[in-house]
Amino acid sequence: MKTTLLATGLATAVIAGSFAVAPAQAEDSIYVPLFTYRTGPYAGSGIPIANGMEDYFAMLNERDGGIGGVKIDYDECETGYNTQKGVECYESVKAKNPVVITPYSTGITLQVIPKASVDRIPVLSMAYGLSAAAIGKTFPWIFNAPDTYWDGASAIIKDIARREGGLDGLKGKKIGYIFLDAGYGREPIPLLEDLAKKYGFEMTQYPVAGKEMQNQSSQWLNVRRDRPDYMIMWGWGAMNPTAVKEATKIRYSMDKFYGVWWSGGNDDAAAGGMAAKGFRTLNFNGVGKDYPVIQDIKKYVVDAGKSQVEPAKFADNLYNRGVYNAMLIAEGIRSAQEHSGKKVVTAEDVRNGLEVMNLDEKRIADMGMKDFMAPLKMSCEDHNGHGPLYIVEWDGKDWQKSGEWFEPMTDVVQPLLEAAADEYVKSNAPWPERDVPCAK
Amino acid sequence: MLYDIFVDPFVQMAAQPDFLLQVLWEGFVAGILYALIALGFVLIFKASGVFNFAQGIMVVFAALTLVGLHEHGVPAYLALILAIAVMGLLAYTVERVVMRPLVNQPEIILLMATIGMTYFLVGFGEFVFGGEPKSMITEELGLPTGSTAFQIGERGLLILQHIDIAAAVIAIIMVAGLGIFFNKTRIGRALRAVADDHQAALSVGISLNQIWAIVWFAAGIVALATGIMWGARSDVSFALEIIAFKALPVLILGGFTSIPGAIVGGLVIGFGEKIGEIYWGPLVGGGIESWLAYIIALIFLLFRPQGMFGERIIERV
Amino acid sequence: MLYREAGQFKTTYEADQAIFPLRQDRIGIAVIAALAFVVVPLTATDFFLTSIMTPFLIFALAAIGLNVLTGYAGQLSLGTGAFMGVGAYSAYKLTSIFPDANIIVVLLASGFFSAAIGVAFGLPSLRIKGLYLAVTTLAAQFFLEWCFIRIPWLYNYNASGAIEISQREMAGIVVTGPAAAPLTQYFIVLCVTVGLTWFVSNLIRGRIGRQWMMIRDMDIAAELIGVRPLTAKLSAFAVSSYLCGVAGAMMVFFWLGAAEPSAFAISLSFQVLFMTILGGLGSLIGSYMGAAFIWILPVALRVVLPSLGFDVAAETVQHLTSMIVGALIIFFLITEPHGLARLWQLTKEKLKVWPFPYG
Repeated sequence: MKTTLLATGLATAVIAGSFAVAPAQAEDSIYVPLFTYRTGPYAGSGIPIANGMEDYFAMLNERDGGIGGVKIDYDECETGYNTQKGVECYESVKAKNPVVITPYSTGITLQVIPKASVDRIPVLSMAYGLSAAAIGKTFPWIFNAPDTYWDGASAIIKDIARREGGLDGLKGKKIGYIFLDAGYGREPIPLLEDLAKKYGFEMTQYPVAGKEMQNQSSQWLNVRRDRPDYMIMWGWGAMNPTAVKEATKIRYSMDKFYGVWWSGGNDDAAAGGMAAKGFRTLNFNGVGKDYPVIQDIKKYVVDAGKSQVEPAKFADNLYNRGVYNAMLIAEGIRSAQEHSGKKVVTAEDVRNGLEVMNLDEKRIADMGMKDFMAPLKMSCEDHNGHGPLYIVEWDGKDWQKSGEWFEPMTDVVQPLLEAAADEYVKSNAPWPERDVPCAK
Repeated sequence: MLYDIFVDPFVQMAAQPDFLLQVLWEGFVAGILYALIALGFVLIFKASGVFNFAQGIMVVFAALTLVGLHEHGVPAYLALILAIAVMGLLAYTVERVVMRPLVNQPEIILLMATIGMTYFLVGFGEFVFGGEPKSMITEELGLPTGSTAFQIGERGLLILQHIDIAAAVIAIIMVAGLGIFFNKTRIGRALRAVADDHQAALSVGISLNQIWAIVWFAAGIVALATGIMWGARSDVSFALEIIAFKALPVLILGGFTSIPGAIVGGLVIGFGEKIGEIYWGPLVGGGIESWLAYIIALIFLLFRPQGMFGERIIERV
Repeated sequence: MLYREAGQFKTTYEADQAIFPLRQDRIGIAVIAALAFVVVPLTATDFFLTSIMTPFLIFALAAIGLNVLTGYAGQLSLGTGAFMGVGAYSAYKLTSIFPDANIIVVLLASGFFSAAIGVAFGLPSLRIKGLYLAVTTLAAQFFLEWCFIRIPWLYNYNASGAIEISQREMAGIVVTGPAAAPLTQYFIVLCVTVGLTWFVSNLIRGRIGRQWMMIRDMDIAAELIGVRPLTAKLSAFAVSSYLCGVAGAMMVFFWLGAAEPSAFAISLSFQVLFMTILGGLGSLIGSYMGAAFIWILPVALRVVLPSLGFDVAAETVQHLTSMIVGALIIFFLITEPHGLARLWQLTKEKLKVWPFPYG
């Protein structure tokens, strides 16, 4: 009884104490919160990305003393891919004047989109979240560079067409689509259906429920029955390795199995081992270590023992994707500094900075990212960039670049994006008109 | 519509008999694995009346211990022995820290305690081993990884994974072993006595605490076996914990206290789920696997509230 | 001494049957009300309101809902998350069909949908009992979760498969959406929760509540003396699902702002079940305590652990939180299986005689 009372008292004291603590905030740094998840069922995909983002900022701070001489104060907030914690993370970082928010979960992005517009904090959801957010006129505060899911789906179809000798070659083909049965996996369906109608291929769907991620034998039995010519996967977390394994089990020809960029983790493909040779995913960041920027991270952060990454997992595909994401944030800040002429930029400046950001070949070379990424330019209207993509192929041990960078079918995607943005405005009425001028 | 529901699936089955065989095989393998998880539940429920929700996380924890030790350079078989030892330690701890102080509490309190254990083990497991998924060390443990394809008819093909065959064999050995253990050994008989009547068992000098530690240990070993098998099919990660929910309809079907019930229930659910998903699933867009088992179990329960092999519940005022 | 009931004479039946027959209780409740309605709004930060108080109140209502079913009527349910989801989706559909309707009316109406679904899934309880019933409520959980994904009409064919709450006004004040002040949302949630708690507390003291408790204590005996299990059990399911539904609707409208089906997953059911059991089965005040404990403790730990000078990574905090919460749950179950409400009762007993233990 006494111990219980004591424990209750202690718990109460902890609770009371927690609100007395005010966050300390340095004046001469830029605060960048990173919503990450190293716990929960999706941790397998979340950890390498979190490491990549942290290490890039650590490298900037070590090598250049931050951006434009201002240190980056980055800080992880663990969401566990859970929307309840997403709100908490958002509210807890809001008080510390973040310059940009990276939600790293479709659900949390959807929560944050309307709030960020009111609180005037830009949101950068790199190639995830709400595709329609690419329309800058409707979503002035949201950026989802370098590509939307619809760009991704169209790019895969384009690559299949290339192998079949042109878009006409798609006629009569059967393309299977296996996806995580949630908003994320469902989003590409309208575009794929449109394209199927347009080019005369048949599409079959294989939904995988979130809690059945590691139990996909039924879906793959169906694949075996339907015998699709190609398979496309929209998977995440533990769904990816299981799917790759099941595909090898039914002896599906792996070089006809495409994944979106979020299915491109090294662990995902490694689950199938040598048998998964030929499995391919879309990519927009370089693979491997042969880039000056990765070497700098190794020199300043990893070798100095300041990174959480396991040596074997350094510079794997999702890690490099984290680096790419951090680079987008950093470049947004840098372009905000140039645009505003201030050193310590605010959230509004970074919004402008992202809008005028222009990563051309020269800038890419300066960052030590030649061949690591394609040029990317956003604008007032286009908050995405629809950048070029390329295919990586699993050689049994690692990802290898296969083929050149190519553009997604932006012409098909754009009308869908606009329609979706209109739809969003309509269902979220009264949605505020854009009240920030275009950054020039 | 009626044609789609009542005729078409059977037409499909007849049209591709080799595929039907494959579906049945997959159902069988899934059923065996469900039965293994259910077995862990039954063992503990029989001896102590605890509905052990932590069985799922025990599966993950056992498999993670095995793989984690191997990653640190421990040879595979030594890692296996150590993992068994860890499960033994866990069983002992659970008995001392959770079960003993909670003796005689209503079942819902015991259920909650196991959910509390789940929270603890999730945090502890991630803290120790990290959240990344790990590959099961299938080959190092000497388990087969290949597959054999049988030609059936002209185009027919039946692919059997060796690991699935191994899973079936191991499951059968485990069930047989448990059966012998329960029926032929002194501890096994004591265990059955405890299951029948706690107080009577106590009065003839059987130590409840010892029995409890033993069943938790046995459940831990079953969890390890399950973890190896599921891990070999996909990966060892915390998402695997959810698989344990699949054992619950199996339990209702078979009854909470019956080991044969767990096996038969597992097979019924395994077959029913795969056949339902493949042949009837497309009618509603697929993915019905997540709840079909529960609905099968629910309908079954309406006719036999104590499950297939469960003991008849007689209530008196 | 502090809590002495001696000398408080009741001269009418009304006074004897009041919800708070003791003067100390009345003072206590007045102090809590003053805190909730005056002090918190005046002093709280936005973070405190949106991340602590509002979710706490929403969870308290859900815990009360589950408590009606499990604590008062004795039917164990693991489908709470899905019933909350039904409330949320029906409130969302109602606002999109009747965009001008008063938001409170919509909230209260949405509960009826989840009550109907709850009754449908409560039907097996007439045949099935105990843990078997708990497992069958999982059927509701998984089936409804599947519906939230598979019936696009429910989320207005949204491409992201989520429900997003747009801005709504009530009497000229923005109450939902991003522009709504946290304080407004807190007040609405507070009023709805307190109002429904009052309603339930009267229900429990009345005929229906007594029937529930008879069914809980011994259903066959209850049936023998004339309680119809059909009405008693199904009404418990209806009331419980109603409260959970309203809580779920408030969760999306006043707290999360947007929700994917995974927001109503099984983990939510467990969260609420914990609150109910740790707070104390069969106690309304316990539901509040349980909700406070389960919701606020992890948030507090996440804030406190780093600020105590432990420079730990974000995920380590998460691991520790999970371990500490798990361990505390087991600890509380061992030391006080009847929950925090029972602890409170014991404290009151002590306070009656304190500081003279033999007086």
